[in-house]
Amino acid sequence: MIVGQALRDPQRELTVFRNRLMVAGVAILAAFALLLARFVWLQVVQREYYHTLAEANRISVVPVVPNRGLILDRNGTVLAANYSAYTLEITPSRVQNVDRAIDELAKVIEVSARDRRRFRKLQEESKNFESLPIRTRLTEEEVARFAVNRFRFPGFEIKARLFRSYPQGEIASHAIGYIGRINDADLKRIDAEGLGTNYKGTDHIGKLGIEGAYENELHGVTGSEQVEIDAGGRAIRSLARTEPQSGNNLVVTLDLPLQKIAEEAFGDYNGALVAIDPHNGDVLALVSRPDFDPNLFVDGIDPQNWDALNNSPDKPLNDRALRGQYPPGSTIKPFMALAALELHKRSPQFTISDPGYFTLAGVQHRYRDWKKGGHGMVDMHRAIAVSCDTYFYGLANDLGIDAIHDFLGRFGFGSPTGIDIEGELPGLVPSPEWKVQRFRQKWYAGDTVSVGIGQGYLLTTPMQLAAAVATLANGGVPVRPHLLKAVQDAKTQELHPYVPAERTDTPIVKPGNLAIVLSAMVDVTRPGGTAAQLGAGAPYSIAAKTGTAQVVGMKQGERYDEKRMKREHWDHALLIAFAPADDPKLALAILVENGQHGGSTAGPIARAVFDYFLLGKKPAKPPAPAPEGTPDQEHD
Amino acid sequence: MISRIFDFLARRIDGPLMAALALTLALGLVVVYSASGGGSFERVGSQARNLALALCALWVFAQVHPQTLMRVALPAYLAGLALLVGVALFGDVRNGARRWLNLGFTTVQPSEIMKIAVPLAIAWYFHRHEEGPRLRDFALAGVMVAVPVALIARQPDLGTALLVFASGFYVIFLGGLSWKVLLSLAAAAGAAVPFVWPMLHDYQRQRILTLLDPMEDPLGSGYHIIQSTIAIGSGGILGKGWLNGTQAQLDFVPERSTDFILAVFGEEFGLVGIAVLCALYLLIIVRGLMIAANASTAFARLTAGAITLTFFTYAFVNMGMVSGILPVVGVPLPMVSYGGTALLSVLAGFGILMSIATHKQLVSS
Repeated sequence: MIVGQALRDPQRELTVFRNRLMVAGVAILAAFALLLARFVWLQVVQREYYHTLAEANRISVVPVVPNRGLILDRNGTVLAANYSAYTLEITPSRVQNVDRAIDELAKVIEVSARDRRRFRKLQEESKNFESLPIRTRLTEEEVARFAVNRFRFPGFEIKARLFRSYPQGEIASHAIGYIGRINDADLKRIDAEGLGTNYKGTDHIGKLGIEGAYENELHGVTGSEQVEIDAGGRAIRSLARTEPQSGNNLVVTLDLPLQKIAEEAFGDYNGALVAIDPHNGDVLALVSRPDFDPNLFVDGIDPQNWDALNNSPDKPLNDRALRGQYPPGSTIKPFMALAALELHKRSPQFTISDPGYFTLAGVQHRYRDWKKGGHGMVDMHRAIAVSCDTYFYGLANDLGIDAIHDFLGRFGFGSPTGIDIEGELPGLVPSPEWKVQRFRQKWYAGDTVSVGIGQGYLLTTPMQLAAAVATLANGGVPVRPHLLKAVQDAKTQELHPYVPAERTDTPIVKPGNLAIVLSAMVDVTRPGGTAAQLGAGAPYSIAAKTGTAQVVGMKQGERYDEKRMKREHWDHALLIAFAPADDPKLALAILVENGQHGGSTAGPIARAVFDYFLLGKKPAKPPAPAPEGTPDQEHD
Repeated sequence: MISRIFDFLARRIDGPLMAALALTLALGLVVVYSASGGGSFERVGSQARNLALALCALWVFAQVHPQTLMRVALPAYLAGLALLVGVALFGDVRNGARRWLNLGFTTVQPSEIMKIAVPLAIAWYFHRHEEGPRLRDFALAGVMVAVPVALIARQPDLGTALLVFASGFYVIFLGGLSWKVLLSLAAAAGAAVPFVWPMLHDYQRQRILTLLDPMEDPLGSGYHIIQSTIAIGSGGILGKGWLNGTQAQLDFVPERSTDFILAVFGEEFGLVGIAVLCALYLLIIVRGLMIAANASTAFARLTAGAITLTFFTYAFVNMGMVSGILPVVGVPLPMVSYGGTALLSVLAGFGILMSIATHKQLVSS
């Protein structure tokens, strides 16, 4: 029994065991069938779907930023170029403690206080996931030193980038402008113009001057590259590439040597100068003093330099040539004279006896001439040559403000000249309607009288004066100034010359009337004229007109006395001129802030520019005009 | 001479099983090479060293008589249990889990020992009752499983706990626990889910939720499953070719040389490769079940059956998890994934299997 049971039970147990094994075997087969079904589903049925996902995972399209076009002066000298340099950039969102990481970095490569300040400013202005430069222009050694320590700095990356450089530094900075990082306003504009795709990967954009105005020419067409990336987003290899198309090179009308001479001629003075070729409107020199170094802006300006530029009382960032609105003073007189001739309000022979002041009928107020006791007998020619105020008070009164407004408008006063860079201000030619709107006051006859000598409400920019005097030099045919001379196609290297938008060959004044005024302007630079110094000893003839713009108003009976006034309250000196008078090649408008007398401070600047341009003569030394302003005959 | 060395090495080695194992292991090395990026033999070399050690263990266990194993079963189990308690009290914490115990001269992961010690101990216990275990014996066996499983799950190491539980459960199942009891236990386990759910760690719950909807958190917990299914799916029928899997080689597949190595394999070798691997696994399992069915003692067949079924569980859980039909638990693909510990315990198990296969004549005689 016992043996039997002992034998039977293991037998039963074995049967149970084998049954259970069978069950397990079936379960295992079912499990593998399930797995295989799953793999068939993934790898056969859904294969296309997952294939697409895998490709999307590994392929990334990255933009390839084009080289920005160069900016050259008319002689081919480079004004704005590119250079390639290594930058070390940080993506703040990928770094836990940016400040501490930068401290660590400073142990590996040099990080100056300026770098930190600039980085902080960039960080405030941009989004967290953008890659921002902490150091630019790394040396090969610094690159190597960082590379060794790279693992310690997640979120830091060395990039080879193209940088803009302005090899001429401060020279012509207002005309060339600069590039800076794309900000929100730029982004909106780019998107509005539908250029969003083309700016992928670009982080700088032209902000001012030529760089700003011709951004679309300079930028080029962004290429793209399909790269294989790994899960960390690092590029492994290139799969396909569409080359970018470099931006076009721009040849500008500026003549760099002339520009330099003009800038140096200002010496310590602030001011502006515009030199135009009267035949075609080429701007050969465009000066606004003081200027600034555009290189400061290229890799993000640091707050210290920015404050220095922004808060300086000299306002170096303000382009005085386009945005400075000054009373033209007596430089308006040739245009007033032309208006009177054209509208038959004066004949050349009309002569007045100048007592040294002008009064309106029935009014006590005396409008004083700059010369005490007056100029005696004055006809139009002499009125321009000696800059007689009394003559023009009466002339303006006879013209009336409406006629003046219309006529000056024909010469471009009161509206932007349309020069091909941005930021130009329109100046102001007042009208009774304007005065009502602006001051809720009616127009008085006395307002017109002041306008007659370029004071009162009248405001012009140096650019407007230059365009207007170029129009005189061009036989009365309006001149539209422009800075672009030609676009050099990046692909074909062909030069496409600048084509002015609208062009007219019709003079806006009668040649006879113009000749009368021009002969008087030539006498301005001859002995007895207000700018006799300017013409003295010149082997060519110069037509010019000086002017003075008051900085502070004078009370009735008060005399202007420079010695008792602060220098920043001294009058501004103005000068318009062209030469040679009989075959004009260059027209100028010059403003010298606090220069007091057009003849003595602006005159030498004009002479230096003419001498170089017409004779190829360089000034022996910078002709820095004495800031003290020599007292002389030619007050105005 | 050479034939004598071969005879010595081939002693007590089961030919068909060894052939299937060798093929799988060779395949594993090929995949590890690719999964470590290709171009470097560093990982493959280190895996080869692991393999050499594991094969030694296999050979040694194959020489040990099942009778001897049965004698050491309980001591091994108790020692393992003691070590697990030691881990719970003094263990080293790595990656947020307390799994390692520093013994002064080496660190051990006692949960790995339990993968073999638990089935051995229960098989020994059942073997002592030649007339067959009664319900009371099954209950005690349940406790013998539950205690180490609970300790391991607490570390936490859900993958190993699952495998240890499986190894013990298989002995109980093969021992003949009645279907009635099994089904009511299963029903009770199902009913317990709402109570167990709050006791799980956040990440464990997340893994289960992720399985239900991987896209819910595509860059977080769903990332593993999404990227591995993309890898497998994009491999298609024939695969992208060895070393050519973009998902694998560009690092999109996480843990590509360890737990997710099947994604690399599936991407590069396609459905055909997977079918071959499944066939090899099935061969091994079928051979293991045959050894179990023909084993001469209750201890031997219960042990052989449990080891084979545990091996199946290994493979199934890993393949299910990588293909997205099971939650992500840390279970490697047996004999393919890079790593020494799992390889050692799996091959040691097959050593025992071979010992059982080759020692039965001696017992019956």
